[in-house]
Amino acid sequence: MIDDWVGHLHRRWDSPVARLPATFKLGVGLVIIFGTVLAPPWAVGWFVSAALLLLITVALSRIPPLFLLKRLAWLSPLILGVALVNALQPAARGSWMLVAAKSTICLLTIIVVSNTTPFSRILRVLKAAHVPGLLITTLALMHRYLFVLVEEAERMRRARASRTFTHRRGARWQTLSTVVSQLFVRASERAERIYDAMCARGWK
Amino acid sequence: MHIPDGFIDAKTAAATALLSAAGVGLALRQARRTLPPRRVPLLGLAAAFLFATQMVNFPVAGGTSGHLVGGVLVAALLGPSAAIVVLTAVLIVQCFLFADGGVLALGANVFNMAIIGAAGGYAIYRLVCHWLPGTRGQVAAVAFAGWCSTLLASICCAGELAWSGTVAWPAAFTAMASVHMVIGIGEGLISALVFLAIRRMRPDLTGEINAPAPTRQWGELVCYGLLAALGITIFVAPFACPWPDGLESVAARLGFEHQAGHRVVRAPAPGYQVAGVRWAAGATAVAGAAGTLVVFGLALLLARSLVRETEEDNHPTRP
Repeated sequence: MIDDWVGHLHRRWDSPVARLPATFKLGVGLVIIFGTVLAPPWAVGWFVSAALLLLITVALSRIPPLFLLKRLAWLSPLILGVALVNALQPAARGSWMLVAAKSTICLLTIIVVSNTTPFSRILRVLKAAHVPGLLITTLALMHRYLFVLVEEAERMRRARASRTFTHRRGARWQTLSTVVSQLFVRASERAERIYDAMCARGWK
Repeated sequence: MHIPDGFIDAKTAAATALLSAAGVGLALRQARRTLPPRRVPLLGLAAAFLFATQMVNFPVAGGTSGHLVGGVLVAALLGPSAAIVVLTAVLIVQCFLFADGGVLALGANVFNMAIIGAAGGYAIYRLVCHWLPGTRGQVAAVAFAGWCSTLLASICCAGELAWSGTVAWPAAFTAMASVHMVIGIGEGLISALVFLAIRRMRPDLTGEINAPAPTRQWGELVCYGLLAALGITIFVAPFACPWPDGLESVAARLGFEHQAGHRVVRAPAPGYQVAGVRWAAGATAVAGAAGTLVVFGLALLLARSLVRETEEDNHPTRP
């Protein structure tokens, strides 16, 4: 359920794509994204071949197509919104199709790469690329505790929903902000414990 | 406000990436220097907290719901440098793990939400705090800065989109600014409520963690302010011909606020009128200034209604 909610697959299907080295996948993904963003409007061949490559990868990676479609639909409101604003402007009628195509290809690339590559591998690639250590530590800890805190927030939300019967708007804002602040207090307490645990295991 | 790939072109991506790299580099250096080792895990946990919080939806008028961005909240709790690191981490994870926001647009997103949203909002927060001491002042400052940072970030976002030629500037500006003027009220209200609740539960957490000597912090803020002003000069100023003093007032708000003293709220109005431009632009400017004043008044009222007189004595402000 949490997969659906957070929008990221945690169950991994073993597939030829998942076994490829992370550096290679990230590299190809970046090349596709760079090429797609920078491609001039008349380079239809590039868009078609990128889309074909992506479709073949999706087929090989055994990512459920329904999941993929759901993710795309979830992420596209802004794209649709801008397309709508542009469609109303007579001067820019042709370009919004291009923008929508470019964004969809890039979105699909990232969804495929991120769902076939564990985040720790991506972090390793970033580390090899000399990204500062503090940022790597922050990213690693964030990824580790992301799902823990999301679950905690969901538990608190459910507990709150089962106890509050009022429908007053002001009261709802109050209780929700209490939930959020409680989450922050718990997160900072957890951070203290994590620091002790890290020190006990010889960090730094 | 996450810009996807394909919406901004190469020159915008490069410019925003450069500005963001400078800002994040500075923030990382500052955080490494001033953050005690004990607090290092808190950055990761705060980032996870922000991500989890963005999944809790708040009811907004008309049956829709919005969620917190939280730049100002984190900046008020952890300080501007730590907040930039935290927001950058959130944006990187959202980009690489959840495909929310583009890879090439990462620079633009970091610039809008971390540098303008968190550090710029923090500057406004500190300025209002300086002016209105006490818990009440802090709550009002968080609310007002939350609104301002949301609006500024959305205007920057519109400027970047227009600079890339994706959307025409008038359409982008009108759509983004008008929507985020409303969203910003929610952001400010939630930030203030959460800030006050944390302050009541754990007063020790609301004092900033890496609070160095005041002079050094001002230097840090001036650096971020210069970066933000530079970005606004590049992205927004070219389009703001009918709106020339926006840059001035924003720069005054973000970068030079310690010189400008108490002008944070009153600054826009004179600048706008001196401009003496077309009627429509003048109307926009007057509306903007009036809106800012109204929101500031609302923030004051909110703080007054939330914080009781007696509470001021129980929680002494940060020295």
